[in-house]
Amino acid sequence: MPAATRRLLVAAGPIILALVVLPYVVNPYDTVLLSYGLIFAIAALGFNLLLGYTGLLSFGHSAYFGVGAYAVAFTVKYLKVTSMELFVLAGILASALVAALFGLVCVRYTRIFFSILTLALSQVLWSLAFKFFWVTGGTDGLRVPTPTLLGVSIGAGQDKMTFLAHRYYYYVLVIFLAAVGVMWVIVHSPFGKALQAIRDNETRAEFVGVQVWHYRWIAFLISGVFTGLAGALWVPLNGLTTPDILLWTFSGEIVFFTVLGGFGTFAGPVVGAVVFNYLKTFAVGYTVYWQMFLGVVLVLLVLGLPAGIVGTAIRLWGKGRKTA
Amino acid sequence: MDTLLIHVLNSLLYAAVLFLIAGGLSLIYGVMRIVNLAHGNLYAFGAFVAAWTVGRLVGGPTPTPVLYLVLLAGPAAAAVLGAALEPTLLRPFYKRPEEYQLLITFGLQLILEDLMRFIWGPYPLSVSSLFEGMGSLNIGESIYPTYNLAVIVVGGLAAAGLWAFIYRTQFGVVLRATSQNMRMAQAMGVNVNRVYVQAFTLGCFMAGVGGAIVVPQQGAVLGMGVDALILAFVVVVIGGLGSLEGALIGALMVGVVRELGITFFPEVELAVLYLMAAVVLLIRPAGLFGRA
Repeated sequence: MPAATRRLLVAAGPIILALVVLPYVVNPYDTVLLSYGLIFAIAALGFNLLLGYTGLLSFGHSAYFGVGAYAVAFTVKYLKVTSMELFVLAGILASALVAALFGLVCVRYTRIFFSILTLALSQVLWSLAFKFFWVTGGTDGLRVPTPTLLGVSIGAGQDKMTFLAHRYYYYVLVIFLAAVGVMWVIVHSPFGKALQAIRDNETRAEFVGVQVWHYRWIAFLISGVFTGLAGALWVPLNGLTTPDILLWTFSGEIVFFTVLGGFGTFAGPVVGAVVFNYLKTFAVGYTVYWQMFLGVVLVLLVLGLPAGIVGTAIRLWGKGRKTA
Repeated sequence: MDTLLIHVLNSLLYAAVLFLIAGGLSLIYGVMRIVNLAHGNLYAFGAFVAAWTVGRLVGGPTPTPVLYLVLLAGPAAAAVLGAALEPTLLRPFYKRPEEYQLLITFGLQLILEDLMRFIWGPYPLSVSSLFEGMGSLNIGESIYPTYNLAVIVVGGLAAAGLWAFIYRTQFGVVLRATSQNMRMAQAMGVNVNRVYVQAFTLGCFMAGVGGAIVVPQQGAVLGMGVDALILAFVVVVIGGLGSLEGALIGALMVGVVRELGITFFPEVELAVLYLMAAVVLLIRPAGLFGRA
């Protein structure tokens, strides 16, 4: 077993244990809140494959999250499906299709043009969801009822909150852990190393035989699918999807998660997504001026802690060990 | 024939406002290489200040023609805000990767949005008496608000004024030199810090003019900045980031397509605009007038 993987398992063991026992310790509200955090973390993992590992800043990842969510809402509306497994499948397929298509267009560019192009394409989807109200419900959005998990539906008279805080939470947790595992394998594979080579020096990567566009396109596709999966998991929890999650400001929030945690590290975006979710929930509950609060946090973060929470923690820990 | 003329006028109306916003965005990018995500909210800030200031004076002893000049309080405030923001928040980031510049301006966008909510509350401000005060003109069998014509004239004057400023003044030469090669300009004795703060202030002033002139017609509402920013993006992507000619042509194209869209296919009006931007980027990555 590679040293890096062993270290991950040693570090992750207690965290996984804590996540498993959590619903028995805290109240359902906090569990559901954490479910949101874990779902956003899956999106951030996908996003970071582009930003952290390939060096491409997408400002349009709300598109794939939204496509995942709307794919679920459409299967409910038109196919009358209620199975969560089919929801996940629909979300993955739809986001893969859209990411593959958008990726073809976007990966030819880097830097600011890549950011703007991803943003413009995500806005196309937003405006369609917004305007085609007879298909998408417009700003009213589409309702998504409580799904069946592995064929088991919520019992008659059972409390929905309990269902979400227990069975749905574990469902999300399992998929989250699987997503982390898969992403870990991807970034430590030769493919992942090639992406990092592209990030560090595109010309040299090309020179040693990396097909830059091709690799970028696959990274874009994987990134979109992770984010779409998150969207599919998010929508039954939220119960409703509206065009807001396709809007570019939500893409900005995904970028925010990743920077908060630190995009130079593997765990950073995951930590950032969970922390951001608490931060936003706290801010929204505490003041109507929550955007200002988040904006100030972001500005201070970029000014003072550009490496993010995890990046800074690693640096401090490294320093501590050296002086010891 | 009359309806065609009305469509043309409406297209020009959109284009005039869009040019003011997108021109500022493009100017700032051209000189400083910063894509300012907060630009839309500087436009909204200009609108709110203009609406608030005029709103205080409406119905008072101030003669109406003066009130139109008072609208300039909006651009002035946006310029002052810009002049304060550049040295404090943006200057530390010129040497960092551009991701950080996008992030800092995204944070700024969030802050400004709520700052306006905090100062003026969640309700729209309007001064429609200025819009109605100008009356309307008969164009054939149709009537057209005179104020809209005034907006078109302001947009045209702004374009001409900016062109003269950049291509016919000493400051314009310095500005163009800095945007071509910042290091070389610095070596030739240009105070780059000062040029940057001037360019940023000018860009914000233009956004503020855009905000102020839409106020009598549409009022000032929260969220107007975010919408405007995205349209301005479409304009500069089509025209080419950093090119003023591009911003002008892009604004005209977007103005025409929007008017056609609203008239004939309202459902896909916005989608068509974004697709237009995407297609232009595919064919000419730097935009129609941009330098790669």
